[in-house]
Amino acid sequence: MANPIDIAAQATPPTIARKVRGLSDRAIAWIFVAPTIFLLLAINIFPLIWTIRLSFTNYAANKPNAEVKWVGLRNYERILTDEDIWSHMTTTAHFLIWTIFFQVLIGFTLAWLINRKFKGNDLLTTLIVLPMMLSPAVVGNFWTFLYQPQIGVVNYVVEFFTGIPAASFSMLGPGGLAPWSIVIVDTWMWTPFVMLICLAGLRSIPDYIYEAAEVDRASKWRQFWTITVPMVLPFLMLAVLFRGIENFKMFDMVNLLTGGGPGSETLLTSIDLKREAFEKWRTGYSSAYAIILFVTVFGLASIYVKALNKVKER
Amino acid sequence: MSFLDGLLRLRRGPWEMLATILIALGVVMLMQPFLLWAYTWSFLVTLIGTVMFIIVSHFPE
Repeated sequence: MANPIDIAAQATPPTIARKVRGLSDRAIAWIFVAPTIFLLLAINIFPLIWTIRLSFTNYAANKPNAEVKWVGLRNYERILTDEDIWSHMTTTAHFLIWTIFFQVLIGFTLAWLINRKFKGNDLLTTLIVLPMMLSPAVVGNFWTFLYQPQIGVVNYVVEFFTGIPAASFSMLGPGGLAPWSIVIVDTWMWTPFVMLICLAGLRSIPDYIYEAAEVDRASKWRQFWTITVPMVLPFLMLAVLFRGIENFKMFDMVNLLTGGGPGSETLLTSIDLKREAFEKWRTGYSSAYAIILFVTVFGLASIYVKALNKVKER
Repeated sequence: MSFLDGLLRLRRGPWEMLATILIALGVVMLMQPFLLWAYTWSFLVTLIGTVMFIIVSHFPE
């Protein structure tokens, strides 16, 4: 029976076969890789270089025929001395710090509880992971209904536990609750992700380490602090960095929930950037804004990759 | 001492650590609500840390 490779070789037209035979392995490898490199350059690298160039100009995308002036570092200077943008950065920081805090606390606790063997363990894990699988647009929309002061469930739950009348406050309205409302929704949605990463870390700890600790009569509390926590820490750090980068760029869910309001209480930098670029049409200025956010995320991503390599080395 | 020694010998570990500290410091400066001057200089600190990270990741172990 003929070899399939020989059959394929015979099926190749002689003119093409002659050409391919003349190419080195390196050249063939380049032929395969070239489309990917081309797409990467066209979709990622070129827009990035173009944005850097635009960030030094006063270009406005809605006035394509207007004269474009070179303004040097003026856009960066204006952004980095603007107290409004500074306040949006602190709003983003509030969102970032509290979401990570709650997600790590609840995620690790859930992982620690689920790591024990009990009936219905797998079903419970699947149910907990469900919110993470939903679209942020869907989550944003249905939490808007849950937060409604008249028909929403959240206000009635608060009334049930605290006695505060349901119609007397609005989770998404003025009164300082809106920044906490977006923290609650993001925590609800992304805690399962942190839980899964922690669970992977907990399951990677070999049983014999705990057995050795038992032989040494180490208490459960001591085992937790000297074995569990140090061995899960790289995984936890990975989860923190990943959520940090994602939440720094958060747009869709918060835009649907509050649109940055009331006032600018939940105006995250990504929402502000979108307004500058596509509502005020200050393209040069918003390019500089985007580059500042990009460098920050890129820096965090570098640390993330380093942490990932450390986890791989374990 | 070994950290400074590693910096002088252009070793990757200590330099990466320094770049990581600069990036983290830049991010903190960017997002803190207390000092406007820290916010103003945050981008430069993050940029230096990020560029340093890219360069020193090619240093020998």
